[in-house]
Amino acid sequence: MGRYVIRRLLQMIPVFIGSTFLIFFMVYALGDPVAALFGEKAPDPATAAQIRHDLYLDHSLGAQYLHYMKNIFVGDFGTAFNGEPVLTLMGDAFPITIRLTIVAIIFEIIIGILLGVITGMRRGKPVDTGVLLLTLVVISVPTFVTGYVLQYVFGVELKWTSPSVSPSAPFNELILPGLVLALVSLAYVTRLTRTSIAENTRADYVRTAVAKGLPRHRVIIRHLLRNSLIPVVTFIGTDIGALMGGAIVTERIFNIHGVGYQLYQGILRNNAPTVVGFVTILVLVFLLANLLVDLLYAVLDPRIRYA
Amino acid sequence: MSTGGSGATDALMAPTPRPPGGDEGGPLLDVRDLHVEFRTREGTAKAVNGVDYSVNAGETLAVLGESGSGKSVTAQAIMGILDSPPGFITRGEVVFQGRDLLKLGNEERRKIRGAKMAMIFQDALSSLNPVLSVGEQLGEMFRVHRGMSRKDSRAKAIELMERVRIPAARERVKQYPHQFSGGMRQRVMIAMALALEPELIIADEPTTALDVTVQAQVMDLLAELQREYNMGLILITHDLGVVADVADKIAVMYAGRIVETSPVHDIYRAPAHPYTRGLLDSIPRLDQKGRELYAIKGLPPNLLHIPPGCAFNPRCPRAQAVCRTDEPPLYRVSEDRASACHFWKETLDDDSLPSPDA
Ligand SMILES: Nc1ncnc2c1ncn2[C@@H]1O[C@H](COP(=O)(O)OP(=O)(O)OP(=O)(O)O)[C@@H](O)[C@H]1O
Ligand code: SF4
Ligand SMILES: [Mg+2]
Repeated sequence: MGRYVIRRLLQMIPVFIGSTFLIFFMVYALGDPVAALFGEKAPDPATAAQIRHDLYLDHSLGAQYLHYMKNIFVGDFGTAFNGEPVLTLMGDAFPITIRLTIVAIIFEIIIGILLGVITGMRRGKPVDTGVLLLTLVVISVPTFVTGYVLQYVFGVELKWTSPSVSPSAPFNELILPGLVLALVSLAYVTRLTRTSIAENTRADYVRTAVAKGLPRHRVIIRHLLRNSLIPVVTFIGTDIGALMGGAIVTERIFNIHGVGYQLYQGILRNNAPTVVGFVTILVLVFLLANLLVDLLYAVLDPRIRYA
Repeated sequence: MSTGGSGATDALMAPTPRPPGGDEGGPLLDVRDLHVEFRTREGTAKAVNGVDYSVNAGETLAVLGESGSGKSVTAQAIMGILDSPPGFITRGEVVFQGRDLLKLGNEERRKIRGAKMAMIFQDALSSLNPVLSVGEQLGEMFRVHRGMSRKDSRAKAIELMERVRIPAARERVKQYPHQFSGGMRQRVMIAMALALEPELIIADEPTTALDVTVQAQVMDLLAELQREYNMGLILITHDLGVVADVADKIAVMYAGRIVETSPVHDIYRAPAHPYTRGLLDSIPRLDQKGRELYAIKGLPPNLLHIPPGCAFNPRCPRAQAVCRTDEPPLYRVSEDRASACHFWKETLDDDSLPSPDA
């Protein structure tokens, strides 16, 4: 197991370098960051050249990338559009997005799995059909639509929660945004759980559990669920990275100053250090989450052995 | 005042002595006129159509019959693990220790399952839970039915594994089913069925999934334990060789009915039903090596449309007009034999009816 983890960590290095270079290349190909600094007016050529030199922009793309990576390793992610270090921005934004992601994951686990178990055990019944239809709607309607609708209904009309989130973004204000962020994944978790439960209810070992005279709840929880939830848990695990990166829309709707908000600002103002820095961290989160999921898989299913 | 010191360490796995027979002097298990049907989209499949058989304590009943004849469904109905829906018991009684199980509530049924009657399934790999250690799965019997602690139940699990002669039980108790060989896995299944010393064990083709080399070992173990604990055993099998060795009596099933019941030796000497006759003729025999094997011609009936009269009539070499119209009742052949054939006497007497292919 230890060797496996080391091998996986080593494999991450080329993936990490490749993906960050790609992002770096794309962002710098987007446009001229110096011109963006000056907005409408054309910059004085001498000043522009000076800025270019300061920002290491007068070198080749490869050299710029190396320079950037070198700085990252000493914790220097460059300067954001508002003059603050990108690192400070990250320190503010990531905790907020992590909180938002936690809320979303909790929704996925509680509601998604519960609905999946109920529908999986009552296939063909009205509950099942109703929930399936609902998941279809949730999956096919874009997040910004459901987001604005829920914001209007619960924030503006019913006033159960404030329609926008305050800068400190405490948990209680993140409940509705967390639900919006979770919705699509939640629908997938429901369907995945349902299929998995349906498959496993007919399994021989469930019949054995019944033949052993175990009470129904024990058959369901200890035998049926324990097996059925393995694919669901791994799905939710891989979803962590996707949720954090996918919070852009949700954070825009509820004016949450998290990762998605900062990324959006960075793109809007053509600020390369912000975009590259944030995406680099997201790539890392994604890779680590995947490794954790694979390890978790081996813990949950003893038939999986990594060597 | 009792000191309470005596007998606290009871001999753990020593079989508890029990009186022969059921509580009321009748058989341990008496299945009467059992009917089971599956209501599916294609129609109602009549899988079991009036099964009667009985087992006494310490007795082994072998249930024979082609695939689809309802052997497993009958067993599931007795155990109370029938897939319902689509399966429904429409008629009959399952009298166990003097009580009709079909009249009991779910909770009473559950307490009997595993504790008083247990089942051994064919494929131990798929029948054991892949993500729980064998120790947990064995110990679960004691934890649920006896309320034992985790630690005590683990000790019990180890004893059980030693009881079914799994080597290095103490280490292997932590392992998972996929880490055992087929034969060892089936021993785990046997241990699980044996855990609470049930009065009755139903073994549904316990050796079919195993290598030929370990089949005999597993069968011997099962027979030995059955004798030792004086349990009733229903052995569902295709292996007529095994039947001759371990069974006391035989029930032959066809299209969801018992067509012949008999003590084991009588049936080998002279079958009283043409279907049994066909089954016996299809056993490979050493003295007839090289001769082409006899096979009953035709296919088992579609359970959605069982032929009128005797269900076996389209395939029966002895069939007459009456067989196509009148369903034969279970005729009493002798004190402990019965046959559902209009011509049981002729079949019994005429031991030299030529096989159609001879
Ligand atoms: N869950 C089910 N749903 C629908 N039909 C079923 C179900 N289980 C069994 N049957 C039907 O009942 C019939 C009898 O099945 P059963 O499993 O008892 O046969 P068997 O005698 O045990 O055969 P085998 O030797 O192959 O195990 C089968 O033909 C099958 O079509
Ligand atoms: S009743 Fe007729 S068809 Fe049925 S087994 Fe006897 S002889 Fe054959
Ligand atoms: Mg069967």
